[in-house]
Amino acid sequence: MGDIPRGNRPLSPHLSVYRLPLAAITSILTRATGQAMLAGILLIVWWLLAAVTGPQAFATADWVLRSWLGFLVMTVALWSLWYHFLAGIRHLLYDARLLIDIAGARQSSIVILAGSVVLTLLTLILFIFA
Amino acid sequence: MRYITPRKAAKGLGAAGPASATHKHWSMTVSSVALAILTPAFILVVGSAIGLPRAGVLTYFAQPYPALVTALFLVVGMLHFISGTRIMIDDYLDHTERKVAIILSQLFGWAVIAAAVYALARMALSPVV
Repeated sequence: MGDIPRGNRPLSPHLSVYRLPLAAITSILTRATGQAMLAGILLIVWWLLAAVTGPQAFATADWVLRSWLGFLVMTVALWSLWYHFLAGIRHLLYDARLLIDIAGARQSSIVILAGSVVLTLLTLILFIFA
Repeated sequence: MRYITPRKAAKGLGAAGPASATHKHWSMTVSSVALAILTPAFILVVGSAIGLPRAGVLTYFAQPYPALVTALFLVVGMLHFISGTRIMIDDYLDHTERKVAIILSQLFGWAVIAAAVYALARMALSPVV
């Protein structure tokens, strides 16, 4: 695109001066959560690998996984996974031409944000307090 | 000056170009449906295993359902991750940085798959002591 004369005019979408609407925030969060959940995935894969490596390796990985930091990483990863799950379902609905208008994108953004928190809390309750 | 027209320079870079973006979008759609089914199963399977002693983990993942759900989620998930990361790289990076990032993300994704499949196969197929 280097050949096209663009002059000095500012280029859209003016990200630095533009207050992102809720649908834009939930859209970019889909990408962010897709990357963030990798921290939890890596912890789980390390833990599985440690289990077949030996008792010492498992003790280390299990300690990290169940430490405060491990709990924090796993909780953020869990929320990321549920968020990405709900946002992915919205993408499938968008492709089916559902919700793809201003009101639909806004309302589904609220559902995704609230739903991901609720699903995360339910999962934590299921495995920690049950 | 360049001797090709802007049209010629842009040709092939669009949605239906040699990169075959339609196919990429479709494979993301298929893998996202698979992962929508696998995600709740994976969370339940792994959530039940965290906290078990090592012997418990080894016998738990030697069972077909936990082993297959975990393997499918991690393999399909990391391939979905590679494709999704590629879309981000195409949006945010150019030139050498873009090439390096594409290569690293693919190597990383496959390394995670290799580690996960090895660990699960080891537990399911040959008893670990």
